[in-house]
Amino acid sequence: MKSEADARGRFGEYGGRFVPETLIAALDELCEAYPRISRQPDFRSELDGLLTHYAGRPTPLTLASRVTEDLGGGRVYLKREDLAHTGAHKINNVLGQCLLARHMGKPRVIAETGAGQHGVAAATACALFGQECVVYMGAEDVDRQALNVFRMELLGAEVRPVHSGSKTLKDATNEALRDWVTNVRDTYYCIGSVVGPHPYPTLVRDFQRVIGVEARRQILEAEGRLPDVLIACVGGGSNAIGLFHPFLEDEQVRMIGVEAAGEGLESGRHGAAVSAGEPGVLHGMRTRLLFDDDGQIFPAHSISAGLDYPGVGPEHSYLADVGRAEYASASDEEALAAFQYLSHMEGIIPALESAHAVAHLRKLAPQLGRDASIVVNLSGRGDKDAPQVRDLLKARAGESAAH
Amino acid sequence: MSRLDACFAGLRERGECALIPFVTAGDPDMQTTAQLVPALAEAGADVIEIGVPFSDPMAEGPTIQRSSERALAGGATLRRVFEMIADLRAHVATPIVLMGYANVFLCNGEASFAEAAAAAGVDGVICVDLPPEEGESYRAALAAAGVDSILLASPTTSSERLAMLAEQTRGFLYYVSLTGVTGARSELAAGIEAPVRRAREDHGVPVCVGFGVSKPEHAARIAAFADGVVVGSALVERVAAAPSRDTAVDAAVRFVAELKEALRPR
Repeated sequence: MKSEADARGRFGEYGGRFVPETLIAALDELCEAYPRISRQPDFRSELDGLLTHYAGRPTPLTLASRVTEDLGGGRVYLKREDLAHTGAHKINNVLGQCLLARHMGKPRVIAETGAGQHGVAAATACALFGQECVVYMGAEDVDRQALNVFRMELLGAEVRPVHSGSKTLKDATNEALRDWVTNVRDTYYCIGSVVGPHPYPTLVRDFQRVIGVEARRQILEAEGRLPDVLIACVGGGSNAIGLFHPFLEDEQVRMIGVEAAGEGLESGRHGAAVSAGEPGVLHGMRTRLLFDDDGQIFPAHSISAGLDYPGVGPEHSYLADVGRAEYASASDEEALAAFQYLSHMEGIIPALESAHAVAHLRKLAPQLGRDASIVVNLSGRGDKDAPQVRDLLKARAGESAAH
Repeated sequence: MSRLDACFAGLRERGECALIPFVTAGDPDMQTTAQLVPALAEAGADVIEIGVPFSDPMAEGPTIQRSSERALAGGATLRRVFEMIADLRAHVATPIVLMGYANVFLCNGEASFAEAAAAAGVDGVICVDLPPEEGESYRAALAAAGVDSILLASPTTSSERLAMLAEQTRGFLYYVSLTGVTGARSELAAGIEAPVRRAREDHGVPVCVGFGVSKPEHAARIAAFADGVVVGSALVERVAAAPSRDTAVDAAVRFVAELKEALRPR
């Protein structure tokens, strides 16, 4: 199948532009500028050059031999976005968007961030292009990810902590939208995932498709055939859609997005918008969302700040509805175990976000035949999470010693 | 003719500009709002705008964000707002419009929202994040229920789009005076007069100006070219700063009376 937004920016019933009137003109401008500029040969060649010589693409597709042996199912390949510059797939998107901002003549760039990965990436691209950069980050995430805050500042960005609401990614997104409403004439909003009003879900996906385009070529070289399964974690869903999209027409390839089950789907403390949400409107889009009977958004929960989001990209909601992609979830515990597992088994410390994909791999692989092949998107590296995991493990060791 | 149409027709005849105070429903509790609304009507409000709190109010500045948080903490829900308005309708004839966000208004379906609004005696609805392109069936449901669906325009709105919004809005057109979020500003935004006049004169629709209006002199200046003035954050701040429910109502009444005085035709 193909999956593209229609003229109104809809993927089926999802997507659209649910924004205050002040932003309509800016979205119209972006809807006009993006297709025009992104098709220009000099834009394409400059972006391709940066992806190769600055971001370090293509990233490798690594056969995880010991994991393959241990799980006893299909051959497991890791798409190594952790090896891209800044340590996650987020760089693909920001290079595209900040270059677009430059072509559009917008000198000021704003961004929201959860874990800080997108904020670091945006600050990086802005430093590269000499753009002013303001990053909004929930106050709780500022505490959880102090090192990334310092990185952003080192890169010349201003980090503004957001104290409203649940003080996490959704509130940072509200604040970035408020800034954009106020400074819309000279400001480009560099959104971090395949969320927000049209054309963002399409635009961000297009910049992330490089993951799947490379992975498709690499697995064909390695295996001589397409993979059986793709697995990627889903918060907003940009790394997952980037991997999935170039395989959509390969009907035999299963695609599994893994959401944050947090403390369990039944606990109400999770970030599984596709698995446990229903259609609603937030941040300019109609999509599957977590909200109560009165329409108030639930604060999402996940051990990983990057999956701590009550919505999901509208294209994921659509792919779930039509059954082209499957959506599973992994709990905080499972992600924590997978974080350690991949570190021990392969010498690769995954981001806690990516550890959710690894956690699902551990459940799924043993059910597959040995001749199957699986591509797991290792969307980011876990160095940023090491202090948090150390503290969690220390606290546990303390608890069990006390018992 | 809807109650809002009749209200603006009467004001035009008398050469008056409507005063539209805004309060957040349930800030800090429903009882306060239930006391405020009749008091504001008594003090000279021509239309009363009631904000329905939302967890993620992306067009609001800090004052109304905090107000929404207090209201949600106090247990405000859309159902309770409807119940309060239905009760008030026994003795308040002033037109009431709701302002809020799509996820709250539409989470139980467009038709059920429109019917409940009509049954409660709501005259108009402003849905901040539902531009007309996304709200066709919602607007049809409101029209069928006899509730006006009020659209917003802003300084970034092109003249072609302004014409479309003026054509499609019902009751009045809400003109957002500045590119920014809600909140009291010390200076009134510049350059709003021309688009407001264009919408009024070319399309004959009443135009009310809001966002950033905080002082009687702002209101007086807007009255020279618009049909109405919305005062939100400056009023919400006064209510929030008051030490008790009664002093909150007194402070709100005094402020609304000052604004009304500034709007009297001279």
